[in-house]
Amino acid sequence: MAAFALLCKCTRTPRRAALSNVSLGMGRPVIVEGRNVVKRYGSLLAVNDVDFSILDGEGFGFLGPNGAGKTSVMRMIQRLSPLTSGSIVVDGKTAGVDDRNIKSILGVAPQDESLDDDLTVLQNLTVYADYFGIPSKSALDKAESLLNFFELNAKRDEKIRSLSGGMRRRLLIARALVNDPKILILDEPTTGLDPQARMVIWEKLESLHRQGVTLILTTHYMEEAARLCGRVAIMDMGKIIALGHPATLVEERLGSVAAELHTDEEMADTAGKAMKDLGVTFEKTGSRYLIFHPPDTALEKLKQLGTVTVRRPTLEDLFIHLTGRGLAGGG
Amino acid sequence: MMNFPTHRALKVWKRNFLVYLTHYRPSLVGNIGEPLLYLFAMGYGIGGYLQTMNGMSYTQYIAPGLMVTSAMYSSVFECTFGSYTRMTVQRTYESVISTPVSLADVVLGEILWGTTKALISSSVMALVMMGFGLYTPGAGSLGLFITIAMTGFLFSSAAICFSAVAPSYEFFNYFFTLFIAPMFFLSGVFFPLDNFHEAVRWASLAMPATHSVNLARWFFHGEGGAGLLHSGLFLVAVGTGLAVLATRLVRKRIVI
Ligand SMILES: Nc1ncnc2c1ncn2[C@@H]1O[C@H](COP(=O)(O)OP(=O)(O)O)[C@@H](O)[C@H]1O
Ligand SMILES: [Mg+2]
Repeated sequence: MAAFALLCKCTRTPRRAALSNVSLGMGRPVIVEGRNVVKRYGSLLAVNDVDFSILDGEGFGFLGPNGAGKTSVMRMIQRLSPLTSGSIVVDGKTAGVDDRNIKSILGVAPQDESLDDDLTVLQNLTVYADYFGIPSKSALDKAESLLNFFELNAKRDEKIRSLSGGMRRRLLIARALVNDPKILILDEPTTGLDPQARMVIWEKLESLHRQGVTLILTTHYMEEAARLCGRVAIMDMGKIIALGHPATLVEERLGSVAAELHTDEEMADTAGKAMKDLGVTFEKTGSRYLIFHPPDTALEKLKQLGTVTVRRPTLEDLFIHLTGRGLAGGG
Repeated sequence: MMNFPTHRALKVWKRNFLVYLTHYRPSLVGNIGEPLLYLFAMGYGIGGYLQTMNGMSYTQYIAPGLMVTSAMYSSVFECTFGSYTRMTVQRTYESVISTPVSLADVVLGEILWGTTKALISSSVMALVMMGFGLYTPGAGSLGLFITIAMTGFLFSSAAICFSAVAPSYEFFNYFFTLFIAPMFFLSGVFFPLDNFHEAVRWASLAMPATHSVNLARWFFHGEGGAGLLHSGLFLVAVGTGLAVLATRLVRKRIVI
């Protein structure tokens, strides 16, 4: 693990403090800044005038359902996709002007895996390191320490096709680290993995984060956001509709109690009417009513209509509160 | 902006070479088998019924053309099926351009790799022909080498243009039946076009392969060529133009 200290970004040269830095009132400099970012695909408006400031060393999550525009934002930061309008500055370098330098300090794990099927596990890392101009001896050392860290050593000479989904995802993240990136961009790093494989990846990412790497990720898993992100931007239909520390955000908007009411089919309409009469705010998702800020008096009445569960509100609840729709929806 | 290719194109070439090393054996068997087939079927088969062509055996007559068309086929296969797979299915281009290697580097690297495949296949052919006493390396060898390299470069670029607009693998059927096959037969490899209708001759002169064959025949036999400078300039100009076009078309497909 000693060689892995290479990843550590403990000492940072002081960077020019951006204006928003002051307004955010935090000690860390801004490392990725987006202003009025717009992305259109033909007539489709995928990202609709979005601003964001990501701080050096933080874990920042873009959270939202499929089609919200998360990947589009990632690809514009990565300089794979041109902005329709607006500006992005990464580590003081302007997108569209200084793309090669931006790419050299980023590590990216795209949503659609793009590992090189023609190469072995080890070659995937060494060849990628060559693209960054890393000399072959240090590339090999780096690749070996990454294979150790991601527990892929036993597979080093295998082709990609023989790896499990979890291993492929780990290799994808390992590949993103060959150039000791300042910023790691992960687009849905654990989507489609079983809980155990997901847990392994979270542990690795937490460990990297502790070493000072800035994490930018997209997800629609609340738990992932809560674990890895100091701040989340909740996206919907190309807009950022809420921004802040996950728990604080929920607490601020929804307090500390939310209730769920499950009713039978035939009771559903009655329940809906009853809640309107009680004057509580609620959203219906499927056969379930989600009730925000439920007063005790109302809870008593609701118990006559079906099964009531009282619990702490989650980010998912907040999303439903903001949009009237569930996060996981849309396939 | 990153519009001009840099030395990083060689990294893309290196990646392809590394992959080639893992399966070069079956690839070389194809490279050896193909010329043998043509030499026997066309040269000795058809040639057996012919007297001489321009004062040489028919096999000798078609040898230089076979050498350059083999270069053409190698580069075209590499930069259609191979490049298309890397560009789309495997997302190799996308992962490469996530690094300091630019899209222009990727396209040039791919073209240079296609050119290399052309040189490998023609070199194998030259060795087989030497084995049959059909070719003797000499003063023209360097010229032949350059002709093949220009041919490989041009056809790799053309194939990448096609790959960049291809919606699926089936689309390459158009490329092969409408462009490559006619060039194979009408570029003067197997028979001179002097006696054909003027329209055919003009069409033939618009085909890059005709100029490749023209140059190759001269450097191979030291005789027979006319308008060599023209042919050389044609290959360089069209090759460069197609390489620029290939970069534009790939960018249009990948950078969205
Ligand atoms: N290359 C593309 N061409 C056309 N439309 C696209 C393209 N990529 C994404 N979109 C559309 O843009 C919207 C946002 O997509 P995306 O950024 O992938 O969202 P997310 O990552 O949040 O699921 C969606 O409606 C999607 O269909
Ligand atoms: Mg996405």
